[in-house]
Amino acid sequence: MATTTQIPAAPAPATVRPKRRWGATVFGLVILAVMLFPLYWMINTALQPDASLVDVGPVPTGVDFSGFTSAITEQGGNLLTSLAVALGAVAICLAVAAPAAYGLAQFKLRGSKTIVFGTLITQMVPGIVIANALYSAYVDLGLVNSYFGLMLADASLGIPFAIVLMRSFMVSIPREVIEAAEVDGAGRIRTFVQVVLPMSRNSLITAGLFSFLYAWSDFMFALTLNTTDEVKPITLGIYQYIGAHVGDWGSVMAASVLSAVPAAVLLVLSQKYIAAGITGGSVK
Amino acid sequence: MSSTTASAATAGAPQTAGTAAAKKPLSPQGAKRRRQLAQWGFIAPAVIFMALFFGYPLVRNIVMSFQDYSPTTFFTGEAPFNGTDNWSNVFSDGLFGKALWQTILFTVGSLVGQFCIGLALAVFFTRRFPLNGILRSLILLPWLVPMVVSGIVWRRIFDQDTGVLNSFLGTIGLPGDTPWLTSTSMALVSVILVNIWIGIPFNMVILYGGLQEVPKELHEAAALDGASAWRTFRSVTLPMLKPVITVVLVLGFMSTVKILDLVLALTDGGPADSTQTLGTLTYQNSFVQMDFGAGAVVGNILILISAVFAVFYLRVNRNEGK
Repeated sequence: MATTTQIPAAPAPATVRPKRRWGATVFGLVILAVMLFPLYWMINTALQPDASLVDVGPVPTGVDFSGFTSAITEQGGNLLTSLAVALGAVAICLAVAAPAAYGLAQFKLRGSKTIVFGTLITQMVPGIVIANALYSAYVDLGLVNSYFGLMLADASLGIPFAIVLMRSFMVSIPREVIEAAEVDGAGRIRTFVQVVLPMSRNSLITAGLFSFLYAWSDFMFALTLNTTDEVKPITLGIYQYIGAHVGDWGSVMAASVLSAVPAAVLLVLSQKYIAAGITGGSVK
Repeated sequence: MSSTTASAATAGAPQTAGTAAAKKPLSPQGAKRRRQLAQWGFIAPAVIFMALFFGYPLVRNIVMSFQDYSPTTFFTGEAPFNGTDNWSNVFSDGLFGKALWQTILFTVGSLVGQFCIGLALAVFFTRRFPLNGILRSLILLPWLVPMVVSGIVWRRIFDQDTGVLNSFLGTIGLPGDTPWLTSTSMALVSVILVNIWIGIPFNMVILYGGLQEVPKELHEAAALDGASAWRTFRSVTLPMLKPVITVVLVLGFMSTVKILDLVLALTDGGPADSTQTLGTLTYQNSFVQMDFGAGAVVGNILILISAVFAVFYLRVNRNEGK
């Protein structure tokens, strides 16, 4: 943006340019249509009265919310379970990862490089392997079919990423700021809570958002660490739904739409933090 | 130390001076140790958590792969050691080789597809045109849907008789009766197609970010030298993009090689095991047949593959750093 204003742009062939640009827009719209078609089809099917019949119309003519009604009555509880588990996972994740990120970024401790390295390595461990060992440990500890057990497991999906992300942000906090707080008589913990955390707000939001998304879309731990219906997140609910209601695609799709809503809402609300978070976290 | 004295001097409050005096008897070394101990307090919870949720499972899986688990194990608590039985059973079962091969096909196919399309889109979006930003962020939407849900939506789209894909193909005059998910020859291809669809937004975002970092001057210089667009892309853009490409491919590999939810939602590993991968095989062994020993064997091999790749990646990274 800045460069365009600085360069006294040669009076471009204004007659040709705009046309070509709109051509690209049209092409972009086509790409978008193809990419988003499955999501459109999900909503479309959810709104059709006879979604299970052979021909689902390309647009929902007689809009019908019965799919949503039955999805909410049958899957509403699972949505709440997902919400509770994901929020719990985010809380655990931030509580564990934020101090660690700060410590790894600002303290000169022997072994902290190894820990950062270890954090990166954990992201290579396949989840099903973790579930395999965790299940037997959970049986021994009585954590199978418990909200807390699932929150802990889901937090593990976000913690390494959150540490890496927040650390790369906290490295850039000037030492003087932290020293100044200490000169003012703040202890380590107070400095962390009252100075470091507010300064790192953006990276905290991004890390929290991603751990929410990880936990919300978790299916594997939900599937493996629960043997009864007590704790059933929406992902597991929908998966079992197609087993039981193969004919009723309207309700399945309505439940799918509902499962995508919280993530979409969150993302819209925190749009500006995302791009920085993604690139900051992965490229470095 | 210096900060304590400084604050005591500036504030001059009796209490501050008092604490400073109380700390005095500590030797400098002792104070340093104390400070380090307090600093470790910030990091310890994360280290403990990761040891429990990543370190422990790694070790436990190795032990489990030498134990005999049965459906009753979790009631009786008995899983006697059985030597290398699990290993030889898994290796002698033809399903393992099949799953390994299908994992390779699935991973390579997905990565190539995701990366090429993601890169093409990233390059496309570096052009300036109206609505660019909005279109670019809307393309991310598929990423927000839980993978198992995407799988179920595609399962509906792929349905041989009532799916929209076949009815669309039929309308435009192509054969509209492809058994996308129900034939052993097509199912893996279909699963790969869906995973490519899932991976495109991520590849696009990261590569787009990387492209933004490539200095414009380089392109201008290449253009002045008379290089064609394709030549500029190959000789200027791609080399500059290499670190980002490595990151994208590594992250893509790590998320693809262990995929479970997508396959379970689309095909459950079928038909006739034609979409079984090492990830689903681990799950089937452990949680369907309750043979955690066999599951652990396959899981360990999955880890081994990831580890080989990790070492390779670190090598490449180190060479690049120097």
